[in-house]
Amino acid sequence: MSAVAEERGARAPWALTAPALMLFVGVLLIPLAMTVMLSFHDWGQYKGIEPVFILKNWKEIATDPYYAEMFWRTFRIAILTTLLTAVLGAPEAYILNRMSGRWKSFFLLVILGPLLISVVARTLGWALLFGGNNGLVNKLLMSFGAIRSPIPFMFTETGMVVALAHVMMPFMVLSVWAALQRLDPQIENAAMSLGAGPVTIIRRIIMPQIMPGVLSGAIIVFSLSASAFATPAIIGGRRLKVAATLAYDEFLNTLNWPLGAAVATLLLVALVLIVVGSNALIERRYAEVFR
Amino acid sequence: MAYLELDRVAKQFGAQTVVDDFSLSVGKGEFISFLGPSGCGKTTTLQMIAGFLDPTRGAIRLEGKDLIAVHPAKRGLGIVFQSYALFPHMTAAENVAFGLEMRNVPRAERAERVRAALAMVGLAGYEDRHPRRMSGGQQQRVALARALVIKPSVLLLDEPLSNLDAKLREEMQIELRQIQRTIGTTTILVTHDQNEAMSLSDRIVVMSQGKIEQIGTPQETYERPASAFVSQFLGKTNDFAGTIDRAVTPSQLVAGSWSAPAPAGLNGAVTISIRPERIGFGDAGLSAKIVTRIFQGNHWLFQCDSECGPAIVIRQNDGTAQPAEGEAVRLTWRPEDMSVRARAGA
Ligand SMILES: Nc1ncnc2c1ncn2[C@@H]1O[C@H](COP(=O)(O)OP(=O)(O)OP(=O)(O)O)[C@@H](O)[C@H]1O
Ligand SMILES: [Mg+2]
Repeated sequence: MSAVAEERGARAPWALTAPALMLFVGVLLIPLAMTVMLSFHDWGQYKGIEPVFILKNWKEIATDPYYAEMFWRTFRIAILTTLLTAVLGAPEAYILNRMSGRWKSFFLLVILGPLLISVVARTLGWALLFGGNNGLVNKLLMSFGAIRSPIPFMFTETGMVVALAHVMMPFMVLSVWAALQRLDPQIENAAMSLGAGPVTIIRRIIMPQIMPGVLSGAIIVFSLSASAFATPAIIGGRRLKVAATLAYDEFLNTLNWPLGAAVATLLLVALVLIVVGSNALIERRYAEVFR
Repeated sequence: MAYLELDRVAKQFGAQTVVDDFSLSVGKGEFISFLGPSGCGKTTTLQMIAGFLDPTRGAIRLEGKDLIAVHPAKRGLGIVFQSYALFPHMTAAENVAFGLEMRNVPRAERAERVRAALAMVGLAGYEDRHPRRMSGGQQQRVALARALVIKPSVLLLDEPLSNLDAKLREEMQIELRQIQRTIGTTTILVTHDQNEAMSLSDRIVVMSQGKIEQIGTPQETYERPASAFVSQFLGKTNDFAGTIDRAVTPSQLVAGSWSAPAPAGLNGAVTISIRPERIGFGDAGLSAKIVTRIFQGNHWLFQCDSECGPAIVIRQNDGTAQPAEGEAVRLTWRPEDMSVRARAGA
């Protein structure tokens, strides 16, 4: 090969990836960098945004316990949502995988179907069922005398976790489902022939092998829940704020863009650290199953 | 007395009968092979013995006791699956130890038995490897050790060697046979490789479309095939159309210009089955012309055009002169080398 051709060969990958790279830089990296920059700017009720470099917003977040509580709530909700989807989703995927052909495709559709419906519509559904005195379920239960006052759901963390878990369930089921597909179809028979009962088979043979699926599902669900906006906005409104709804409020209601940017940046950094960290842990722990 | 007994076992999936009227008694310590083409029901039969499938009809007994009523986890059989089905998240030693753990074998004894089992299959020193880091042959050995360590009453092997390359397969065959001889476990091997079945088994069960075609020693099934299917399936064979003439005395079996005293019990149109290596060239017999002559090192392969249709002849390369292509020859064989059966549709 001539030197010219070799040089061209070395440049070709760059040339080929350039369009995608430009898109990546243009729509992701630049706005991201601008948001981070924005978080160091000053803002005043009357003067608006001043492009200076100060740590005022970051100091406010670090010192005001309001923000600590709000971030803690955000992650508490995300963790509980993740646990709920794992506890319900993993057995769901396992049962689904054991169903026979026709039922399997039907129930898979039932589980994945909600993905086709807007998150807003799904969350509003919960609001219709449990929203105060007029919620369908509340009305029904109260008319039977089963409960005296409406079940607290709107503006509660419980309600937010339930609604989020509903929205996130398909991701967990799909992730566990993918792990189940990698199992040897005879693996349960093999364990059974060695004398293992059904509980032992699930605990010792199936669980360890689908754990990577559960954990990668958990990472997806956790990061989507922690940064979710629509569901917390509808269930929690302005009374029960999480990081995403707070950033939104700072941007659009208070118009304090720099503070909103600082909140958004902190959420992003925290999420990236958590996701990258747990991913590394999982890969190390389950190296043998992943190979 | 039969150790393991299958009594008219049948299995249906919906309307499809996959195994039918399967009766077999296996002696203690015997090595049995189920041999047959793909889809003939070998795995299904094995899974019924293992308990993963319930027979539609029939009985399975182990030492005279009904086995079907026993849960698969309690049958105490050792099974090696075609895919090995090792537990990928456990090391080789943990895989082998699993069955002992389920039997609550004390830790010290467990470690010793695991070590011995792995040593027996030639894997000493591989205790801490995970299956995905092992070669196909090594995984196969772990699977074998895992099945044997529980001292199973019967060892069931479902095409355990089919994923290995030819050389390794041969090695493993020899090893399998040696291990089985040493510990004397009653073994059932499923295979569609006739050489594997012949070289390993005490008896072969030849199956076709869910039915038993023949049960016999490798030699019996090879030399006295009970049906055209068996003779075709177990290596190359020549089928010649013949007739038995009872009008003459002594009565004669005639195929073209070859003839011999007729065997008892048959009459009229028959099929003569004769293995290619049992045919010789002589002065009298079936007249034929040699179409091709192929040299294969230790033997010659002749394709002939005979009075009774195409014929294959194999001659040892013992240094004697062999007929050339195009030459006219007479094919002859000893009556005891052929098997004769009534010709269907005649
Ligand atoms: N669960 C099932 N449902 C319906 N039909 C089945 C089922 N399992 C097996 N069969 C059918 O039963 C027949 C025998 O299958 P089996 O697996 O016993 O064959 P085999 O002799 O082991 O073949 P191979 O050598 O290819 O493994 C096949 O025709 C197969 O299609
Ligand atoms: Mg099979």
